[in-house]
This record gives sequence, structure tokens and C-alpha cells, in this order.
Amino acid sequence: MTEKVFLKDEWLQVLEGLKESYRLFVPVRDGDFHTFKELDEANTPDFTYANTRLSPKGLVYPQSERMFEFSVDKKDPDAHILKEPERDYAPRAIVGIRPCDAHAFLIVRRNFDNPEYQDPFWIKRYEATTLVGLGCNEPASTCFCTRVGGGPFDEKGLDVLLYDLEDSFCARALTDKGEAFLDKAQGGKKADEASLKRAEELGLSAADKVTAEVPTDRLKEKDMNELFEAPFWEEVAFSCINCGTCTYLCPTCWCFDIQDEVSGAQGDRIRNWDSCMFPLFTLHGSGHNPRDKKFQRVRQRFMHKLKYYVDKYDDGVQCSGCGRCVRYCPVNIDIRDVCALMNNFG
Amino acid sequence: MDNPYLPYPVRIDEVVTETEDRNIKTFRLVFLNPEDEKKFSYIPGQFAELSIAGKGEIPIGIASSPTEKGSVTFTVNKTGVVTTHLHNMQKDDIMGIRGPLGNWYPWEEMEGKNVVIIGGGFAFTTLRSSIVYMLDPENRPKFKDVIVVYGARSPGLLLYRNELAEWEKRDDIHMHITVDGTDDPDWKYNVGFVPTITEQKITSSDNAIAIVCGPPIMIKFTQPVLEKLGFPPDRIILSLEMRMKCGIGICGRCNIGDQYVCKDGPVFSLAQLKNMPPEY
Repeated sequence: MTEKVFLKDEWLQVLEGLKESYRLFVPVRDGDFHTFKELDEANTPDFTYANTRLSPKGLVYPQSERMFEFSVDKKDPDAHILKEPERDYAPRAIVGIRPCDAHAFLIVRRNFDNPEYQDPFWIKRYEATTLVGLGCNEPASTCFCTRVGGGPFDEKGLDVLLYDLEDSFCARALTDKGEAFLDKAQGGKKADEASLKRAEELGLSAADKVTAEVPTDRLKEKDMNELFEAPFWEEVAFSCINCGTCTYLCPTCWCFDIQDEVSGAQGDRIRNWDSCMFPLFTLHGSGHNPRDKKFQRVRQRFMHKLKYYVDKYDDGVQCSGCGRCVRYCPVNIDIRDVCALMNNFG
Repeated sequence: MDNPYLPYPVRIDEVVTETEDRNIKTFRLVFLNPEDEKKFSYIPGQFAELSIAGKGEIPIGIASSPTEKGSVTFTVNKTGVVTTHLHNMQKDDIMGIRGPLGNWYPWEEMEGKNVVIIGGGFAFTTLRSSIVYMLDPENRPKFKDVIVVYGARSPGLLLYRNELAEWEKRDDIHMHITVDGTDDPDWKYNVGFVPTITEQKITSSDNAIAIVCGPPIMIKFTQPVLEKLGFPPDRIILSLEMRMKCGIGICGRCNIGDQYVCKDGPVFSLAQLKNMPPEY
């Protein structure tokens, strides 16, 4: 597979050139935080960032997405019949995505692309996306990717992996899509031995910098009902304010709501991100709510990510260790601690 | 790639008000495109998402049997935004249906057995589908005795009253219709709660499988009656409800443990439920 080195001085130019073939999304400084934005005159990429506050899942799975459109005009013979609107699945690339966020797409893909049902909205946009990852030289204190099957230079889910060698990026293609990306990139040179060696060393030393202890090895063997009835849930949930921040920032959370909106004679059926943290999430038409108490909702989130998903797919937890929920939970609920409570229970 | 969120367009062919409080109506729907009817091939126990453009979707059990061709029937209780709008719709109005969704009653296991059907209130819809299916001449020989206990709060709140009366006259099905109470002197059938009538009329669990559909309180008191008769948990079948949106196990909201009620259910045996977290 192709390996190239790009000097950082020429990197922006390389990206500009790639705009002919891809819509490019890059990390951009936005006040105190970073966010992924489309590369254009207004947005200068900042590849020295730790991670974005909001995960890039919104680039494949928009926060609000129009699923269908329809007319409610009495004179329209097609009124009340749902139609698919024109959509843009032109090739796009997310440049500088962290390996934890790329791994997260693989986790989420299980939900939207399964043997019984395939979600065309998610799948088509994911397949049109090339993921150019940037390995983490300095994992943050809240990172724990290595504990959940990933790593700061892990290749899962990525098409290209970039190594930050201070004055240059060493780029390694990992898939056919990655090859195509590097092929279209003007500039750069074939990677030399010294750069490749530095890249390898970087990769090995970064993993050691992830220090969090997050045990997951005994989650599968635990009895689901016993874990569900465990006495620690009330205490875990005590300070939670059901704000939903964890679910919105999380790259592996995928729940959504469907709503119809009408304006005049036209309407849309829209899909919006939703959160199990909100009481309305499970409210029946009869008024009955199986999760009307806060601790039941908090329990659902952790049981889903760290037990139901584990049992269902036998491939680790529904978490890629990005640490966003740890960093941004306003009451400091830490998924690493809850995971330990669950793993060590009984 | 097929889009599983896109409903088949249908036309309302008939609206029948079932109950005297006018809160429950039956809608018979006809597909605008005949090929869609073939794609919508269903098995009793399944449900569909009824879609009203501009209002939303609701998951409703299919009340017709696949032996009834040319249309699909749903009985809907008026309870919220979409159902209220639906109740105001009329013959020839256009809407959509998505499905068939979910799993179905365990028909293969039921062959060769006595089938005990216990229903309460307006949960009777998929049970109607099942009864019509079993009474069809091609299917009836597959099952042994068919016994039905069906009750509502009062005579005017029973569904499908004409059909209930017809079934009562047949000799290939035992009907035990009941109401919680009535001051109608002409009431011919039973008076008593469904669990009570079940205890009186169901005498044996030998080679029998019980399908129970009703409000949680009815299930709560019927379950011990069946257990006392010797029905093991894997021969007591329930159909659950949950708030649903996508109906295809993707939006994440209708789970009980790692099971989605829309995709791994809504039909579960009591044995399965005992292994799932009690969150429904």
C-alpha cells in the first residue's frame, strides 16, 4: 500500500488540490473548542487539536435529516404519498479524524447495516466517505481507547492513517479508498525509511500513554438480569441531570426520533438525534412509561453500551474510548468507573 | 437499496366504529399499487406502522388474517396525535403502511395442539387475525380444540361483536365472551373478569398453548391461573407493546434488555420474558 510523506508547509495546498475530488471536512478551532467544518476560505484547519467536542458522527449521520417529502395539497393527486428527495452522496473525506472516532463508525454500522434491515441514508453517506485518520501522539487524560479494542494509532475503520512527525505527515494508505485518496493528492514524496521508522516508534509509544484502568473482560459472563438489578444504579444516577450531553457528543450513540413537519402545503418526514436520557423517549400513548424514573434511564445507557451490545455482538463494548462524556458531563459521571462497577459486580 | 422507512401508499376503503364510546375504529385499507399487496405478505401476530403524512406513524397490530385477500385491516384506539387524526379520516383518504413488522405467534409449535386464546379489551386485534386464520378451512385441521376467552369492561366495548356472535354459533371453536359488568338484561354471555372466566372455563393445559393479549393488569391476574393449570412458561405466549418509531430495530427506543420489541418481538413467551429485564 502507498506510503507518502507530506511536509506540513505544503499540506494545506495538498488539501486544496483534493477539493476537486472530495468535499473535505477538517478540524477547525471554534472558540474554546474544535469542530469539523468544510475546508474553505473561512475555515483554517488546525491539526494540533486533541479532539473535537462534538464527534464527527454528524458528518455521516446528520443531527437532523430529511427522510421524505410530501405534499398535503388537496389538488395534488400525489398528496399524502411520501417521496424521497434529491440527495447528495458525492465523495467526501474527513481529514484528521482520530482513530477512536473511526472505530466508532464500525460500531455504529452494526446498527444501521444488518442482515434484516439496511438504512440507506446512513449506509450511502458512510460509503461515500473516506476517513483519513490522524494518530494521537499525546492521548488525553480522559482517553481510554486501548481498553476498548482500539488505540491511538489503531487502523480499524480508517482508509488512511497520518503520523504527525512534527515537520511532516507520514501517510499510509490502508484500503482501496485510501489508495485512491493518496493517488489524487498532488505533492508529497514516497515515504523514506527514516520517516517510516519514526512513525512506527510513535505508534508504539503512544499506546503506553493511555493510563486509564477500564476493565471490560468480565462483562460478557455476567448475568444480564443480575446486573440490571444491581444495587449501585441509584447511586450512579444520583447526580445525573438527564441533560443528554453524553449521548449527543458520543460517537457510538445512535438513537433517533422521527417527526413530520408541515409548512403550508408541503411537509417533510425528518429524523433527529434522540436520547435515552429524556423521559419522552419511552413514553407510551397510554401514559405508561417503563423508564419514568431517572435511575432507570441512566441504567439503560450503561447497560446498553456495556452489556446488551456486548451480549448481542460478542465483539466488545459499544464505546471507543474517546472520553468526551467523561470530559463534558456536567456532573462528572465517569463511564470508566461505571464500567468497573459493572465488570467487578458480584 | 430498498428503503425500509418508505410506506406503501394505501386508500381507506371502510371505516367501522367498533365501540359505543366511539374511541375504537376499524380501518380496512387497500393498496394503491397491487404489487405492494404481494410484498406485504404477513403472518398473524405481526404489526405494521400506519403512516399519516404530516402527523407521523403508529405501530398497530394487524387485525385481518392473511386469508382475507384484497385489503388489510387495523383496529385503532384513539389516544394521541396520529390516532386522533386517523379517527377523523374517511373512506377514500390516502395514507401509508409500512411492514409487515415484528415476529408472529408460534404457528408451527401450535400445530397439533389445543389453542387457548385469552384477550382483553382492544388488545384483541391480532387475536382476531389468529382466529380467522385458524378457522379458514385449509388451516383448521392443523389445530385441535380452539378455545377463546375474550372480555371487555361492558358489552358496548367489545370489538367485532358481529363476528363474535357468529363464532359463538360454530362448533369448531369454543367462545367464552365476558364483560366485567352489565345492566343489560338481555346479555347472553358471561359476566366476570377475564382471569375469573379463564379459571372457570379452561380446564386443562394438556397439549395446549395459551396466547394472552391484553392490558397489563389482565395479564398479571391471568398468568397465575394458567400456571396453576400447569401451563409451563414456554407455552404461555404474550404480545407486548412499546413506544416505537422506526419499527425495524434501528432507532433504539423499544428495547427490553438486548431485545427490540419491534424486531425480536412483539411476541414473546413467558419463558423468554423471565430472562429479560423487567422493564416494560
